[in-house]
Formats: sequence, structure tokens, C-alpha cells
Amino acid sequence: MRLAGFYVFAAVVALLPVLFPTNYFVTVVGASAGLHVILAVGLNLLMGYAGQISLGHAAFFGMGAYASAILTTRFGWYSLLALATGLLVAGTVAWLLARPILRLRGHYLAMATLGFGIIVHVVMVQATRWTGGPDGLAGVPPLNLLGWAVEGDLPWYGVIMAAMLLTVWLSLNLVDSQVGRALRAVHGSEFAAQMMGIDIGRAKTQVFVVSALFATFAGSLFAHQQAFVSPDSFNLIVSVELVTMVVLGGMASTFGAACGAIALTLLNEWLVVFEDYEMLIHGALLMVVMIFLPQGLFVGLSQGARRLWAMVPRKP
Amino acid sequence: MKNLWQTTLAAVLLCASVSWASAAEPIKIGSVLTVTGPASFLGDPELKTLQMYVEDLNAKGGVKGRKLELIHYDTGGNAKDAVNFVKRLIKNDNVDLIVGGTTTGDTLAVIPDVEKEGIPFISLAGAVEIIEPVKKWVFKTPHTDRMAVAKIYEDLRKRGLTKVAIITGDGGFDKSGREQLLKLAPQYGVTLVADESYGNKDTDMTAQLTKIRSSDAQAIINFGLGQAPAIVTKNIKQLGITLPLYQSHGVASKTFIDLAGDAAEGVRLPAAALVVAEQLPDADPQKPVLLAYKNKYEAKHGPVSTFGGHAYDGLMIAVAAIQRAGGTDKAKVRDEIEKTQGFIGTGGVFNMTPQDHMGLTVDAFKLVEIRNGSWKIVQ
Repeated sequence: MRLAGFYVFAAVVALLPVLFPTNYFVTVVGASAGLHVILAVGLNLLMGYAGQISLGHAAFFGMGAYASAILTTRFGWYSLLALATGLLVAGTVAWLLARPILRLRGHYLAMATLGFGIIVHVVMVQATRWTGGPDGLAGVPPLNLLGWAVEGDLPWYGVIMAAMLLTVWLSLNLVDSQVGRALRAVHGSEFAAQMMGIDIGRAKTQVFVVSALFATFAGSLFAHQQAFVSPDSFNLIVSVELVTMVVLGGMASTFGAACGAIALTLLNEWLVVFEDYEMLIHGALLMVVMIFLPQGLFVGLSQGARRLWAMVPRKP
Repeated sequence: MKNLWQTTLAAVLLCASVSWASAAEPIKIGSVLTVTGPASFLGDPELKTLQMYVEDLNAKGGVKGRKLELIHYDTGGNAKDAVNFVKRLIKNDNVDLIVGGTTTGDTLAVIPDVEKEGIPFISLAGAVEIIEPVKKWVFKTPHTDRMAVAKIYEDLRKRGLTKVAIITGDGGFDKSGREQLLKLAPQYGVTLVADESYGNKDTDMTAQLTKIRSSDAQAIINFGLGQAPAIVTKNIKQLGITLPLYQSHGVASKTFIDLAGDAAEGVRLPAAALVVAEQLPDADPQKPVLLAYKNKYEAKHGPVSTFGGHAYDGLMIAVAAIQRAGGTDKAKVRDEIEKTQGFIGTGGVFNMTPQDHMGLTVDAFKLVEIRNGSWKIVQ
């Protein structure tokens, strides 16, 4: 019962391509929404549950993407091995970074993570020999899953959605575990959490690394799916967009983050037709949501639905 | 169960009727251009040209009785957006062919998708690597950087200059140009005595130019786009360097002369004949095409640039191919584009072959010099 929501979500995700196998908004936009869900759910563990902001999350996304792109394109590595190496490198970086950086709070933490994101972006642009510089790296080979090369929209939809469901499931379980409760305690009051015997340094480090690994994983898939990576996909704006997804959907709710990610991806895709007014409408919509649903899209709407349900008169 | 059969039947009939009705459907031309951002001076005239001529062709009754429909997205110079938009054009808008990719970066990023999906694609970007090695579905209309370099080196040889300093930016166009400069130098007996670079967003290049001044160079070649070449030109004047300066075709617009001001006097560059249309001899077959395009564009949008001309060439080659193919079957249109022969465009006379997906020769370039804020053909 605890995972009822998850099963419904999984069923919808599985049914969509069966009903609309050639719909662009399902197979292409859906796949990129799936990647965003992985990123947002990961970031939500850090932001929503542990209450630590990160404005540099695109850096981990990029590290995964470039690890896969460089190792498979330039060195002909087996793609799963490249993916694992990316996870290892990014995980180590996150672990080394977590202790000093997560001692900071509020604006200072925001600034530090922002700086990290910018540094990684500069490396992507400047290390031309490895990364291809501002023009990026094209011709990344398809993902090779034990001999099966993932190519075409529907296979990619399947792979990304499977990965996404896995991360959502992991996140839901993590949140309900002892670690999850510790994180929420840290969010509530670090001092109180410490009094309860929680090693807050360790708890924060753990969640930062897990969150970074989610992003790195998404990055590897992204590189293979797009067959092209460039620093544009991992700049500060992307980091801010990820934060927006989490806040828009609803903090401290896995489905909230997922909902925010899907909503923002679709929104960007729909608004393209407005050309010059795209940004204007985009900003206005976000403002409206934040004013009327400050808890976020998913949390706000589900609370509203619950209230409506309670108002329905029932037989005595 | 009965319902399901009915639905299926209805769906099949619907599909059949849609494909049957397609004869009267518009021909969809997709386009991804950099209309905003640092390369907007390229993409903006390209978009205006496409819109102008699509309107024009429709007013004349369209192509093969079908109207043209232009579906355009602005990449803002972001290669990642270009990739997404090309996917959208192919899979959501179901376009028949794509004209565009303003910059080399955007074009190279979208080529994997274009090749995979199999859709005719005419790029408006410069670098030679777009068509070399030849890619089945990819064509381009602008002159390559290799041709520009060849034209410059030819002129150096005429003037008897052999020791050259080059200075280039960090964009895709610049890097590709630099490669060609290095590659072709031995063929023309040119020795490169200095090889400097700058960031395209830099605002001062005196440090690099001071180094060049202390070398024994006899001429300077600057290969770049946007405002950086204008800054280089100004800095050279400020440093009192009097060596002949060559620019690339990337600056062949009035904007460059405006930005560089007096310093632009005497700068030589290879450019498409469009900027010197009036000075061409009347016997030149290109002259009427150039003047027609120029007058039409200037009547509506102000000073013409060669970049809009590339879009004109791309669109007209595509339209001619659709006419010869008798429809929009992608494979047929592709074959017909490849068979383009003797097409007189603004960039030159196009003769494509299976080995050459651009079809221009070095003669398509004119070497021009900036005199009194205007272009003059160097004889």
C-alpha cells in the first residue's frame, strides 16, 4: 500500500507508448522528461528532505555525460564500464566535496555549490583536447546493454523510463528508511538531530553523494541518447532549472519532484511555438504557481483534491 | 471486442485518407537558425530571406501546386537546442526537408540525427568538415573556409608575400579556419611565423598583436566571426602595425565596416559576389540574380549581407529539387539536390556531384578590399 502511488505511476509510464507509439510528446519529450525526473528526484533528496540547497547539480549531470562521451568516443570503452567509471569519479568528487561544503548553510552553501558548478563548466569549455570545447563532442555511440545497442525512440523511452522508475523506487524507499528519517531530522533542526544521536556530517555526506550519483547516472544516459554533448547542457541555467523543478513540484515529496520535472519539460516544449514571448509566459506561469500553490504543484493539488474529497457529502 | 475492431478500422481508414489527401498538403520546410544571440547577424538575414521568398513563391502559386510552409525555430546559438529542435522538426512537425543550421557548431551537432532519420538537410554554415567526408543527407551552400584560405593565399602569392602571422578565435568557425590555414600553407609556399588565438568574447587583442609585431611577418590573417575581428582590426591600427591585413568571408557584412570604422580601410577579404554586385561586368551570369536578390532584400530589410544570400541559395536549390523530383519523397529530393547543375545562386554557380555536396569552386569568391567604407573588387 505504501508504494501504491508508485505502481500507478509505473503503469501510466508503461501504457503511454503503447497507446501513442509515434507521438513526439511521448517518445521524445517523454524520454527527456524521464531524465529530468531522475535529476529532480535526486536533487529533492538533498533539497527537499535534508534541506541543503545545491546550485551546482548540473555539474554532476555533466560529469556523467562527459565521462560516458569521452570514454566511449575517444577510447572505445564499453559503455556500461564508462557509465560505472563516471559514477565512481563523480561519487568520489561528491564525497570529497561534501564534508567541507555542507558545513556551510543558507546563502553560503548556495554560493559554494554555484562556484563548483561554474568550475566544472569552465573545465568543459576549456579542456578542448578532451571535451571538444564549446562545440562539444558529437557522434557518441549508442548505449550498449550487454550486446543490445539502444537505438531509436521507443527503446530509449523504455531504457530511460526503467531507469527513472528505479530511481523513484529507490528514493521512496530511502525516504522511509532510517536514513530518510535522519535527513528530515537534520532538516528540522541540526542541533536537535545531533541531540538525538544522529551523525549529521555523515547523514549530509551520504545524501549529497547519493544525489550526485543520481545526476551522474542521468548524465551518462543523456550522452548516449543525444549522441552529442556540449557545455551548454550543463551550465548554471540548467542547475537553476533543476532547482525550479523541485520547488515547482513540491519540496520533500518524491512524486512532487517528479511532477515538477515533467511539468517543466512539457512546458518548455509547448511554449516554443510562442517564439519571442516564450520566456515571458514561462516566467508568468511559474509566478502564478508559486503565488497560488506555494507548497508546489503536486503537493498543493493533491491537498486540494483531498479537501474536495472531504467535502463530498456521504451517506450517514 | 467489437468496439476495438471498429476503432481499428476507423483508424486505418483515417490514415489512408490522410495519405491520400497529402497531394494538396503544404510542402513543409523546416529551419533551425541562430536568430538571437552572438551569431544573430548571420541568422537574422537568413530567416528574413527564407520568410520573404516563401511568401513570394506562395504568391506565385507555390511549388507543384502545393503551398510552402516554413516552420522555424531559433537556437540562439545553442547546439543542444539545435539538436532538440531538429528532432522536433522531424518527428513532430514532419517537415519534408531542413534548411539551416546557421553556425558550424549547430550543424555538426544535428548531423547524426539528420543522417539517422534520413531527411534532406541544407546547411548554411561554413566549415568544410560539414561536407567532408561526404554525408548522404547533408548539403551546404556557403563557401567553405578552405576556399577562403585558398583565395587569400593566392593573393599573397601574387603580392610576393610568404611570411604570415595568423590570429584566430576559439569558435567552431575560427578553429576550422585555422586548420585550413595550417594545412594549405605549404601548397602556396607560405610560412606561418606566428599563430595566435583569442577568445571570441575578448575585448582586447593587443597582447597577441604585440607578439605578432615582434615577429618578421609580412602580412596578418585574421579568421573569425562577429565583433572579435573588428576589435583585431582596430587594435592593429592602434598599435601602428602597417602590414597588410586579411580577414575571412565571415566579416563580409556592413556591420564589420561600421564596427571597425577607419581601421577597416585597406583590409582585404574573400567575399561572395553579392557585396560587389554592381561592380560585376554585365556579362557575368550571376549579376541579374544578385541584383534581383539585393534589391528585393534591401527594399524590405535594409543593407544586404552574404549570409542571407546563402539562405536564398539553399531554399532555391531545395525548391528546384522538389520540382524535378515531382514531390517531396525524401530520397528522391535528396538525389535531385545532389544532381543540382549550373544553378546560379548568390554564392556562385552550383554544380553538385556525389563527391561534392556544395558544388562551388574557388572562383565563386571575389577578393575585395575595403575602400572608403565600401567594398571594391581587387583586380
